[in-house]
Amino acid sequence: MSKSSFVAEAVKKYGQDRESLMPILQYVYEKKHYLSKEDMQEVAEALDLSSADVYGTASFYSFLDTKEKGEKIIRVCKSISCDLKNKEQIISAIESKLNIKNGQTTPDKKFTLLETNCLGWCHKGPAMLINDNVYTELTPEKAVAAIEENL
Amino acid sequence: MSTDKLQKFKKRIDLIFSDVNWKEILDKALKTSADDIIKELIASCIRGRGGAGFPTGLKWKFAAQQKSDKKYVICNADEGEPGTFKDREILDKQAKKVFLGMAICAHTVGSDEGYIYLRGEYKFLVPQLEKELEEFHKELKAKKLDFKISIRLGSGAYVCGEETALIESMEGRRGEPRNKPPFPVVSGYLGKPTVVNNVETFVYTAMILKDGSKQFCELGTKDSRGSKVFSVSGDTPNPGIYELELGMTLDEFVELFGDGDTKAVQVGGASGFCVPRRKFKETIIGFEGIPTGGSMMLFNSSRSMYNVLHNFLDFFCEESCGQCTPCRVGCQQLLKGIVAVKAKEKPSKYLEDLKGMTETMKSSSKCGLGQSVPNCFNSIIDNFKEEVIY
Ligand SMILES: Cc1cc2nc3c(=O)[nH]c(=O)nc-3n(C[C@H](O)[C@H](O)[C@H](O)COP(=O)(O)O)c2cc1C
Ligand code: SF4
Repeated sequence: MSKSSFVAEAVKKYGQDRESLMPILQYVYEKKHYLSKEDMQEVAEALDLSSADVYGTASFYSFLDTKEKGEKIIRVCKSISCDLKNKEQIISAIESKLNIKNGQTTPDKKFTLLETNCLGWCHKGPAMLINDNVYTELTPEKAVAAIEENL
Repeated sequence: MSTDKLQKFKKRIDLIFSDVNWKEILDKALKTSADDIIKELIASCIRGRGGAGFPTGLKWKFAAQQKSDKKYVICNADEGEPGTFKDREILDKQAKKVFLGMAICAHTVGSDEGYIYLRGEYKFLVPQLEKELEEFHKELKAKKLDFKISIRLGSGAYVCGEETALIESMEGRRGEPRNKPPFPVVSGYLGKPTVVNNVETFVYTAMILKDGSKQFCELGTKDSRGSKVFSVSGDTPNPGIYELELGMTLDEFVELFGDGDTKAVQVGGASGFCVPRRKFKETIIGFEGIPTGGSMMLFNSSRSMYNVLHNFLDFFCEESCGQCTPCRVGCQQLLKGIVAVKAKEKPSKYLEDLKGMTETMKSSSKCGLGQSVPNCFNSIIDNFKEEVIY
């Protein structure tokens, strides 16, 4: 499937109103794991908006990356409750497993490692997301196992 | 430990997570006039559970009074406050009761369209919610209530929990809060009258209609009627979700949840207040004391309150929408400021200058985010100054 057909699909599904912008961007993001300049231009045309407006909106949201990321995005919760539960160890374990630093993407574009604000699992920290899937009560071993599950 | 006591406590109130016959409650509500529903909610004194605590009965009354061809009902499930996770649990375990509250609201204010604005972090809930919605919509159809609920997702922005930012986001824009007034009940989604309520608030409205306002009023205190769902985390042997009566003191709370060495409790998340041990006895959890959207984080004496404050300020720097200067620049300066004091690049009295700056943030920030950053800052600086300096 050519890249741009995701935009067409999304517009067909959600319509061309401005209120559909978020669902459309979220749809394309889910398929491609980031929003390219071309995608945003195409969305702008379909919704009759300026590309600056679309980019301005997309770039506001931390889950709508406008730079290319890995296929699986790991987001480790850095809020205080997870921090108290040693989320640093989780990050170190993932860094050495994937041989990248926090904030980086693996050369094969499979994984990106990021930190994020409260994931809403404070009673079961440390917690992380791999794309939409939640992993809680992590230990370094469990974090590594989660990565392997997603290989 | 206090586990026995906790078990007793847990059994006492069970309004939010109890199984109910939702079809029966819906029947009852649809047979009740809008006026009577509003009266019952006002009599219950229920105030919003999302943090700001606006009286729910009044909100619905204002929305009902608006003359408009279209009105919206929005359930705020953005739950981004650090230390809060109860809305996820409610939607996971009792989604129908949330829909029920929304449908009752629709019937009361005269709306045919509802939305659940669910934070992107909870996207995994969507398939099960869609399934439950399908069943729910069938029942509405059978009862001839013209109301449909759809789910909209957020994309990782805390400020979108602020009701006008949430509406901006639903309209396909940056989640930048609007000036109020006009309030959403007058001009909300697409400029139409809109009720925005928290997940938990909707469930309580349904339960108040089921059991009557009197029963609800018997719980809590004069200023904080009823119960509330608390999200408990941090240094506690009993982390989790608990429905407790409002108006308890922090002392009682810590007796139930503390690990024996609790030095401070952060009430209300990053945007709430830090209370040190010596003030536990006099501090009431409720609107007359310290209100909370539910976030309760306990810290024991092994924790550095400097790290806690640093973590909160870092959070606000990232999540400020940047629209107004006091908040955008203020958050950054507070963070830089405490780092500089810690590194002895600035004298300790610089903290007083920073506190002065929080006055400006409080009075001139556009929305609740910037206005509440001073809460954590001042309460940590005032009570744990040595930890921030040395
Ligand atoms: C920065 C900020 C974030 C907020 N986040 C939420 C939230 O996640 N959930 C929520 O219900 N209310 C949140 N609120 C409060 C809402 O603006 C609004 O008052 C609330 O949804 C109204 O519902 P209630 O009356 O039932 O509490 C937030 C407010 C601010 C200023
Ligand atoms: S106070 Fe902060 S979050 Fe609120 S509008 Fe101003 S910059 Fe945005």
